Amino acid sequence: MSDLQVLQDKLNYDKTFDCVQCGYCLPACPTYETMERETHSPRGRINLVKMVAEGKATVNDLESPIEKCLGCMACTTVCPTNVQYGEILEGTKEVIDEQKEKTKRRQQMERFLFDEFFPSKNWMDTLGDASWFYQKSGLQTMAQRTGASKIAPLHIEEFEKVLPEMPSPKRRRDRAKRYIRKRPSTAKVAFFTGCIMDSVFFYSNENTIELLLRSGAEVLIPEEQSCCGALHAHTGKKESAKELAKQNIDAFEKENVDYIINNAGGCGAKLVEYDHLFEKGTEWHQRAVRFVEKVKDISEVLVDLDHLDFQKPLNKTVTYQPSCHMTNVQGVTDAPLELIKKIPGVQLKELDRPDFCCGSAGIYNVVNYEESMDILDVKMEDVCGVAPEGIVTSNPGCLLQMKLGVEREGLNDKSDAVHLVDLLMEADPQ
Amino acid sequence: MSTWLDLIKEKIPEARVLTELSDRYSYSFDASFGEYLPEAVVQVKHKEEVVSVLKMANEHQIPVYPRGQGTCLSGGPLPVFGGIVLDISQWPEKIDVSPDDLTVTVTPSVLTGNINKEAEKHGLMYAPDPSSAHVATIGGNLAENSGGPRGLKYGVTKDHVLGLEVVTPEGEVIRTGGNTIKNVTGYDLTKLIVGSEGTLGVITEATLKLMPKPRDFQTLMVSFGEVRKAGEAISKTLTSGILPSKMEFMDQACIQAVENFKPVGLPKNAAAIVIIELDGHPETLKIERKLVEEIMEEVGATDIVVPKSEEEAEKIWHARKQVSPAIAKIKPTKVSEDATVPRSKIPDLIDRLQEIKEKHKVEIVAFGHAGDGNLHPNVLCDKRDQEEMKRVELAVEEIFKAAIELGGTLSGEHGIGTMKAPFLESELGEVGVDMMKRIKESWDPNGILNPGKIFAEKGQKLVLRNE
Repeated sequence: MSDLQVLQDKLNYDKTFDCVQCGYCLPACPTYETMERETHSPRGRINLVKMVAEGKATVNDLESPIEKCLGCMACTTVCPTNVQYGEILEGTKEVIDEQKEKTKRRQQMERFLFDEFFPSKNWMDTLGDASWFYQKSGLQTMAQRTGASKIAPLHIEEFEKVLPEMPSPKRRRDRAKRYIRKRPSTAKVAFFTGCIMDSVFFYSNENTIELLLRSGAEVLIPEEQSCCGALHAHTGKKESAKELAKQNIDAFEKENVDYIINNAGGCGAKLVEYDHLFEKGTEWHQRAVRFVEKVKDISEVLVDLDHLDFQKPLNKTVTYQPSCHMTNVQGVTDAPLELIKKIPGVQLKELDRPDFCCGSAGIYNVVNYEESMDILDVKMEDVCGVAPEGIVTSNPGCLLQMKLGVEREGLNDKSDAVHLVDLLMEADPQ
Repeated sequence: MSTWLDLIKEKIPEARVLTELSDRYSYSFDASFGEYLPEAVVQVKHKEEVVSVLKMANEHQIPVYPRGQGTCLSGGPLPVFGGIVLDISQWPEKIDVSPDDLTVTVTPSVLTGNINKEAEKHGLMYAPDPSSAHVATIGGNLAENSGGPRGLKYGVTKDHVLGLEVVTPEGEVIRTGGNTIKNVTGYDLTKLIVGSEGTLGVITEATLKLMPKPRDFQTLMVSFGEVRKAGEAISKTLTSGILPSKMEFMDQACIQAVENFKPVGLPKNAAAIVIIELDGHPETLKIERKLVEEIMEEVGATDIVVPKSEEEAEKIWHARKQVSPAIAKIKPTKVSEDATVPRSKIPDLIDRLQEIKEKHKVEIVAFGHAGDGNLHPNVLCDKRDQEEMKRVELAVEEIFKAAIELGGTLSGEHGIGTMKAPFLESELGEVGVDMMKRIKESWDPNGILNPGKIFAEKGQKLVLRNE
């Protein structure tokens, strides 16, 4: 095979032909809207991948347009010809990652972040204990030690302001691994805790467990679980993502549960696509398919179990900012709204454009801060139009970003962003 | 760096003069065929910027190609000779409705669907409804004289334009028409500009006609065992004194493609279906619906579905909208044509398509706005198969020939662009084309505005292959 053929294969060149260039994706794309050029639209990006695969442009020409893509997948829900944009995007990121002439520092930095930091329970605990952004600075210390200090400015001070309160290390370590109900349980649920959710939003994870218990479920927390691999896959590190997937499939296979639940839209989106990582017909593919069949977002399971009866009216107006990955990849849209509507006293005012990404997009807001803030500004204009007292989200990244949005608009005393599970617990369900 | 580029940068903020290879490739295509690399993309946001770009381009003889959102199906915005793509899509949007005058004034970047949304707030409607209305700009729609399903009752874009502000190829600003429904002052330059595919001027503002929004709608879906019967039913309805707002046609291949793609319960065994929408006062609709049902039964319809709710009707129209994506599953490349014939000739056109399909061994399906004789025969193929594409080129040529022989036209709503330029003379004749060329030459003596469109170069042929 020639070099170009190898490249075409990796870039999913064949899949780019599904795009008929109709442009229907343009109005759905947040970066096309804020960056104002076709180069930063799905159609433009697919065309560039094609140009590179045909040898008319270089991988270098692709780098910025691809890295500035949020990966929110809003384009895939409006695409009339069902283009597999996600696969094209990830394949292209892999090629960029391979071909990029990285400085030694950046290589060390990435190796640390993706091989050690995210997949490590210890690191995540440390992160939680010391708080995410303190850890970000810890990360910088680490980066300095490895000689990788010159990374992009992370705007840590911005994010630090909006962090929730952290639990004590003791409280974290004291959490049980198995919650068995005294009364008979209606379902057996394994909880995928997530990295950031379990460190920065530890209390939301506790609320998740509590909600499941109150809904009549028995809850397990498999100890050997790891990072979902979403951030790896989104940065072109497919092999690492695969290894993490295997580890998680292994960890969750040990007990026969009804559901594998998560409360982070981004993680959930990766978990429901684990089967895409493995070749059809292989043993791992079969195991992944069985795993995927059980993966559910917390909201879906709560609606399924249908046991919550809210005792305390919350007299306030809220709006719901859905996670892109929950909407566009998992296809979960109704369950969260259904739950919010059940809470007495809550008035739900929907956003004009709920499906417009908030700009968090994994670590996009950290590595592409300016671009991310432009997108957040569009989102906040919509939020301000609704003027809610609470912004409900379902993903840690979105949650932090919306908190930052509230801070940037100076709305702190009027509004706050909360995770769906926290809002539900506030209404004291029984 | 060329001097003209420096001159542009003196007038236009540098962030809106795109010269990187990735940006240039991003404006090298539209929704049709062909890819041409421009030397620069200039994003204009004000009339004055258009003026300065055109003045400079005219003086230095640099080709300029106006472009909306690039949804064109005939190659209208393609930069075939390099030069400048003039991107109007980022122009600040303005939609000023004058409800008492039943008019609206818009900037060229406004998405066509949004005009209708604003009009509806006043109980009015902007009638043209091209399928791409939610993504295409009105500037592009005006240039290409777009149509849509409602064209049957309400006409195409040109029938709704009262006045324009235009920058000429020499960089002068003119106004054509005005704000009134009646206006017969001088030559009708408005109608000349609309549909001139960006070859005579750049539209910077338009005043459009609005009309009262119909009170109610009624959908019917009718199945036929023979395609010819469907054609007869359409003619008979239209001569019965009833004017539906839409009459859409789908052949069996389209029905089956939709059902295989995302099933909605269309009659898979029908040779063709006609989907009809009536609009007007609810009382009138009851009577008209009954009359249409009678006509359909008389002609020999095998089944008539009358949706009981808005949702059911929406489902049927959604199925119609799914045709385009659904047929792309048959084969990846879609050559979407736009042949239009007198309404009575639809069955003949369908017969001819069948012959062409067999003769050239290509996949052809047909659907479209049959009520106004505007069909979209789609040839389904694979761009990567050069040998197949050669056969497709021949088939497309014969489709055009058939349309003209049946007394029809090359284009009902997509425009001529690059795709149909080689066939223009076959419809208009040598003198007809020459008169049009003379108009072009007097408006644009240096030939800088959107060259390579409508008029073919000597010996130019339809090419769907990358050579």
